[in-house]
Parts: sequence; structure tokens; C-alpha cells
Amino acid sequence: MNLHEYQAKQLFREYEISVSEGLPASSSEEAERVAKSLDVDKWVVKAQVHAGGRGKAGGVEVVESIQQVKDFADKWLGQKLVTFQTDEKGQLVSQILIETCTSIDQELYLGAVIDRASQRLVVMASTEGGVNIEEVAEETPEKIYKAEIDPIEGPKESQADELSKNLGLNEIQSVQFRAIFNGLIKLFLEKDLSLVEVNPLVITESGDLICLDAKINVDSNALYRQEEVEQLRDPSQEDEREAKAAEWDLSYVALDGNIGCMVNGAGLAMGTMDIIKLHGGEPANFLDVGGTADSKRVAEAFKIILSDENVNTVLINIFGGIVRCDVIADGIVEALTVMGVSVPVVVRLEGNSAKEGLSILEECELNIIPASNLEEAASLAVKASKGEI
Amino acid sequence: MSILIDKNTKVICQGFTGGQATQHCIQCIDYGTQLVGGVTPGKGGQTHLELPVFNSVKEAVDTTGATASLIFVPARFCKASILEAAESGISLIVCITEGIPTIDMLEVKARCDDLGVRLIGPNCPGIITPGESKMGIMPGDIHLPGKVGIISRSGTLTYEAVKQTSDLGFGQTSCIGIGGDPIPGTSFIDVLDLFEKDDSTEAIVMVGEIGGTAEESAAEFIKSNVSKPVVSYIAGVTAPPGKRMGHAGAIIAGGKGTADDKFKALEAAGVHTVKSPADIGKGIAEITGW
Repeated sequence: MNLHEYQAKQLFREYEISVSEGLPASSSEEAERVAKSLDVDKWVVKAQVHAGGRGKAGGVEVVESIQQVKDFADKWLGQKLVTFQTDEKGQLVSQILIETCTSIDQELYLGAVIDRASQRLVVMASTEGGVNIEEVAEETPEKIYKAEIDPIEGPKESQADELSKNLGLNEIQSVQFRAIFNGLIKLFLEKDLSLVEVNPLVITESGDLICLDAKINVDSNALYRQEEVEQLRDPSQEDEREAKAAEWDLSYVALDGNIGCMVNGAGLAMGTMDIIKLHGGEPANFLDVGGTADSKRVAEAFKIILSDENVNTVLINIFGGIVRCDVIADGIVEALTVMGVSVPVVVRLEGNSAKEGLSILEECELNIIPASNLEEAASLAVKASKGEI
Repeated sequence: MSILIDKNTKVICQGFTGGQATQHCIQCIDYGTQLVGGVTPGKGGQTHLELPVFNSVKEAVDTTGATASLIFVPARFCKASILEAAESGISLIVCITEGIPTIDMLEVKARCDDLGVRLIGPNCPGIITPGESKMGIMPGDIHLPGKVGIISRSGTLTYEAVKQTSDLGFGQTSCIGIGGDPIPGTSFIDVLDLFEKDDSTEAIVMVGEIGGTAEESAAEFIKSNVSKPVVSYIAGVTAPPGKRMGHAGAIIAGGKGTADDKFKALEAAGVHTVKSPADIGKGIAEITGW
């Protein structure tokens, strides 16, 4: 689950990580009030969406009058911001963040993430902060300095100091960096985050360290014990169908093709997409019905798949381990009957109670095309999608 | 021969009396697994599936001599359950549960390593040695005792590889689903090493997927440490780049993690790769000449 910048910065403040002064606003009147309350003559106004690349897309501006603050609010509130990290429709702006403007001497980068390779929380820092950090990582990875945090012993002061040295910080800045480093790790562990990114972390003209941006990603598996964080969820930033799917514990991602897929297991779901492509077809979605699918969830999965108008064929590929194929078959028959599905449905059932499942499908009188293995299922689905069967 | 479990492995189940655990324990017992009891705190002294229930793993181990534990407890209790098993003399833990917070796994993994305990999973189908023992949720009847070792990050894709190698008559020595979580207890490399040292394993199937760099590390390991033929399939060639919020994930991987990268790394290590999940069995036939 992602947080907005203003929410992330509020968490930073709670952990004594220095950020600019500022507040969010959801109307131009509120924006005016916030701007006046900051008591400065220069502000940074930032559209709040769950995506990077806002600056290049016009979603971040430095303004020098209250009128300009209001103009920015009027321009963006209720509109969608398109950046290179969003889809072509963009993300809805419901809030803008109004902050005091910081005079920047140098831009650094600071991030923390769970590193799968070292199986540690890793803090990363670089002198090459700013918009091109991804290129830096790819082309000159030696410029990204890392500290691996021991999960039992926790962070060490020497690790913060080592990063400070690499960043070329002076003595006062090193003390400030220690506080940011420790605060960031404490925040990460206590709030069950999966990513924190500060890009840029800046050295101001007066020589102080301050976080100008803040990105936070929370581990969805831990939301049960992070009630406060869960309150920060903004459904308007999530894909409607994906959010609907998530309510039913279905994992769905929309794609551009015409073969709707319903599969159990993320790996097999990706594998099913791969084999459809190899047969010259185009998958319309990724959908993992999960390990405990019942007939209700199968019906919901159908609804979501068919809400995509491009879908002209459905391929169901179930290899039952936990999932029982006869339960899935009942769900398929029920959903097809109730919903009056007209597109061809290719079904491949294997594993747990597969025989029982197949006989349920054979006995019903619906537009179901049974397949005996994955290869055949993909081939039949692709043919059906092209109107060849 | 096999790796990690065989017909003599004494197994307990944590979360024994729960619905999922009960259903799968029945199937494990039917398959031949030596399930010797289970643990459900507060239900010690009862009998479930004609087996003794204990309040703690320590009690279960002391009474039954179990060395392996199969865990079905809910995600929020898994950290405590895994650590309890690791500290009570269990040497092999298989955790099926999905949805464990990653922060919990950081500590669990480090502690298991310190104690020399093998953890498989979480969020995995488990391990099976066909014809002897299964600790997991895989359908037993698709397996066949034989000579291929199978490792996979994905549950249902493991079954796919199993079915194909059974249909062709090759069979399997052992099959392990290591799970798709960011911090798995056991890695590809751990299992590749075990299969390389297992005399009865003649060929290896490794099924990976996009994300992380586990497959790239495995390729490095195979190049210098694995003499047996390896067939590999990586799921997700056609998956679109994931939506992301920041750059940190990409940065830590240094731009690695796509299916193409993984295929390239594996091919450079001499691995026979297949581009379709339906060609895994065929790949084994081609590379071994069986």
C-alpha cells in the first residue's frame, strides 16, 4: 500500500526526521489559508498522487504569491496528473501539499528497502540525488552506498557515520544524518514498511540536511497490526477493478489483450499469459484466484474479467493443490448460468478432484471447451479469441 | 535417495487442529508421511486424527522424537511458531502460511540460520519425496518416484513441472516449492546444492519467476557447482513492468530482475531454458536423451 507524500512526511515528523514545513489542502480556500499560515513569501506546491515524475509533468511548482498558490490548486484539484509512472489516464489529484521553499545547495539520495539478496533491511545513499537516480544505479552502481541492517542487532552508529563519510558530509551534517538514519530505520521497522525513499535529501544553503520528498510503501501483509497506517489508504489512487478484486482476495492486473485469464497461483497465472503469447494470442489480464477459491470468488472473478469489454474468450487454468477442482467447476457453472456469459470459456482442470470437476463441466450444457493440458488450453483459447472455433 | 525428507522422517504439525491443517494432514498421512502428532496451544492432551495433541513443540519433540514440523498457523502467529520450533530441536520447518509480514521474516530467517535450522517457505506448497513422505499441500497423486529434482518459487507451476515429468515416466527424487515471498527460508542455491549431492537425482528442474535476483544468483552457482543437467523456466516474460512508487526496488537490483535477464543468465551458465511452461518435461527429455 502506498502513501501520499504529505502522509509520509507526517510520519517523518513523528520520527524526528527533518522535513520542510507544510500542510495539505483539498480546496483553493484551504490552500490559501495554509499558504498564509506558513508566513513566507515563496512556496512549493505539489500535487499529491501515488506516482513519481510529478515535477516533469507540471505537478510541482515554486510560486511567489498567494494568488499563484490558489491558481495551482484550481488547476490541479479534481484533475488527473499523468506522469511517466502512471498510465495514460493519470491519477486523480485530491490534495495539494503547500510547503515553505528551501534553498538548495546539494541534492542527495536516501532510500531504505528490504533487499532480497542479502535478506536484510538495506539503507542506500548517494551524492547523485535528483531525478536521474535510476540511471545512476544502472550505470554507476558504485556511487550508491549501502548499509545492511542486522535484523537482530539493529543499526550501528558506525554505519550511519560510514554513509556520512561517503556522502562527504561535514561534522554538523553527520550528526543530523545520524538522526535521519536512525529515525528512518525505526520508522521502517515499527510501521512495517517495504520501501522508504527520500529523493532528494538536500543540503540547504545554510548547510542543514532536510528531506524534500518522501515516498513510503507499506507491507500489505502487516496492515492487520498497523491500523493507523491503514487509515491513510486512498482508494482513489488505486485501479478500480484491482481494488474490487482485492476485496475478494483476488489479485488482478488489467492488460491490453482479449483473452481473459483465471488461474490459481501467481506463477502459473504468469505462465498462462506467457503460453498464450507463444500461441499468438493476447492475454487481457493477470488474475490469481488464490489458494482458497470458492464458487463465490470464482463468480466475482468472472465479473471482473468480463467487465473488460475487450474480452472475447476466457481461459480458466486451475491446478488444484489446496483448491478443489470440483468446487471451482461448481463456481464456473453457477457464474456462467447466473451471468449469462456468452463468450467461449476454455477450462483446464488438473490436480485435486480434477476428475469430479471435469464431469461437472461435461454434464452442464454451457459454452465450455474442456482442455486436457496447458498446451491444449492455450491453443484452444487463442483459436477461440480469433473466432477460429 | 532423496533430499530433506524420507519415509522415516517424523513430522509434527503446528496449528494441527485448524481446518486447513486437518484437511492437509489427512492427505499427508494417506500419502505415507510419518505424522506423529501436532501442536495447538491450549488443546494439549486431546487426540486429533488419532494422534496426540501437545501444548508446545518442546513437549511434542520430547514425546515423539519428531525432527520436522509442518506449520499451518495464521500469519500473525507464524513468527512465534517458527521460532518456537527452531528453538525446540526441530531441524526442518515447512511453513505453508501466506501473508507473513516481511519484517517478521527478516528476524526469523536470521535466527533459523544461527540455529542451523532449515526453513522451507513461507507461502509455499512444501516438500515431497514421492512414494515416501510429503510435508505440504501438493496433490500427491501427480508425483512418481524417480530421478528428477524439482525446485520452484511458485506452487502451481511446481505441480505443472511434476505432472510433465511424471507423464514422461521420469519421476522425481524430491520436489520443493521454496515460496514466492521476498525473504524465503530456503533459496534456489540451497536446494541446487542438495540435489547436486544427492546420488539419485540425475537432472534438475528449476522454475523461477520475475522479480528479485534469486535466479541470477542460482545461475552463478550452477556455473561452478552443478554438474547435473538443469532445465529452467521463468514465468513472466509477458508480464508488464510492475507499477511502482519509487526507484529503490530497481536500484537494489541494479536493473536486474526481468525474465529476459534471468533467461540470459541461466543460458550463460549452461542451463537448458524453455520459454513455455508446457515444455518443461520435453526440456528434460532433450537435455538428458531419456
